[in-house]
Amino acid sequence: MLNAEKKTSKYNEQLCQYYEQFKVYRDKVLVLSNDSLEKTIAVALALCLVCAVLVSLATVALRPLQSYNKALDMKKNILDVAGLLQDNTDIDQAFKERIESKIVDLKTGEYIDSINADDYDQRKAAKDPAQNELIPVDKDIASIRMKAKYTKIYLVKKGDQLQSIILPVNGYGLWSTMYGFLALEPDAQTVQSINLYDQAETPGLGGEVVNPIWRALWKGKKVYSDKGDVALTLVKGGVDESRADAVYKVDGLAGATLTSRGVSNLVQYWMGAEGFATYLNKIRTKG
Amino acid sequence: MDKETKKVLFEPLVDNNPITLQVLGVCSALAVTSQMSTSLIMALALTSVTACSSAAISAVRQHTPSSIRIIVQMIIIASLVIVVDQLLKAFAFDVSKKLSVFVGLIITNCIVMGRAEAYAMKNPPLQSFLDGIGNGMGYSLILIMVAAFRETLGSGKLLGFEVLPLVKDGGWYIPNGLMLLPPSAFFIIGLIIWGFRTFKPNQVERNEFKIMSISHGEGGHH
Repeated sequence: MLNAEKKTSKYNEQLCQYYEQFKVYRDKVLVLSNDSLEKTIAVALALCLVCAVLVSLATVALRPLQSYNKALDMKKNILDVAGLLQDNTDIDQAFKERIESKIVDLKTGEYIDSINADDYDQRKAAKDPAQNELIPVDKDIASIRMKAKYTKIYLVKKGDQLQSIILPVNGYGLWSTMYGFLALEPDAQTVQSINLYDQAETPGLGGEVVNPIWRALWKGKKVYSDKGDVALTLVKGGVDESRADAVYKVDGLAGATLTSRGVSNLVQYWMGAEGFATYLNKIRTKG
Repeated sequence: MDKETKKVLFEPLVDNNPITLQVLGVCSALAVTSQMSTSLIMALALTSVTACSSAAISAVRQHTPSSIRIIVQMIIIASLVIVVDQLLKAFAFDVSKKLSVFVGLIITNCIVMGRAEAYAMKNPPLQSFLDGIGNGMGYSLILIMVAAFRETLGSGKLLGFEVLPLVKDGGWYIPNGLMLLPPSAFFIIGLIIWGFRTFKPNQVERNEFKIMSISHGEGGHH
């Protein structure tokens, strides 16, 4: 006890000494002419030190809250595309109860259990040279250049019953790479919903990809034709419901031809052989 | 409140408004005003940055070497902006997502630098702080006015509440898509400046040139 006290008082003494020394230097600097070289350097150094401490403190202290917000936002997007989001939903709890994350190898269509899906950040992985792969130019329909080697998907379950498959998609629109989720029925063929949660398309035109009325048009559309090709596209000028292929067509966005084309391309790419085709095929054959 | 404080605090609202008279900070006024909620947060962020940076710059003004004074101002402003950006990301995540880069761009907002250089370098900290608040409020006033027009006419809503029922929801109002695009803010700010100058004719700048008659030779250009 006594020893510890002695130690702290010794530290205090030393601190006081340093402070006295600091005061001496400070007074020396403060009386210098403002335009002298010494003062200029001293002021610049001191200012940088103070500002650096301030900025780092703010960043470090707020980081846990920020990453929590980010994760919560992502969960919200997933619950939204799954149709499980109401105004008063407890996001954390609903996500924990209903949604299971899985890692999929797109080439084989198999689940990979050796990677912890909860910690895997696919968007980060897609940009990390150690975890991504480049997409050959001729196959890069969605203009995204690279993708993560492993893909994180979400299964919505009620008890043991699969309710929907939520697939991450991304592709280039007019101004921005759009990131989103596409939710399919357990038949791995019928669309439940789409949620392009991150995009910077023209507000009011291409930005209408977030409009609930347009998003509702996707419900019940089919992805694959009888031959197994990706048939789902956006069309200009409205869908003619009387035609047999109406189930493969969604209304394009008015005044946003390039964004609409981007969305079509993104579906074409991610539902195709480069994307989830193998995986979805497996689900369909397993039943 | 004494006369000087009142002047510092309220003059920037109409008589010396940073946007309409000094024509500073127009860039962000175009970008964030399509919605009232983003405008309010942006106004709050800019006001707090201007006030705090003015106070801090004023506090060190007597020891700022003139050769690096702009750098000193920038470092202080940039640090404060980063702190504000971090705070928004932690406590107002949805709004910070909508504001995206524009909070970071407060660093280059001419109002902040303008007040630092024009006022804070010559006045004591408390007054500089108030000057920052005043100019921030002047900026906020215009932002709120522009956002009120743009959100109401562009999406029929104000702060998420329905004002003009839209045709697509069974109402009668066809939204004006132009209002959601940045150029519309130019028109509205232009109209606001016109309005201000009609009521306060002393804000009209005198022509910088004199129109001469052609017979006198060279012409009026210079």
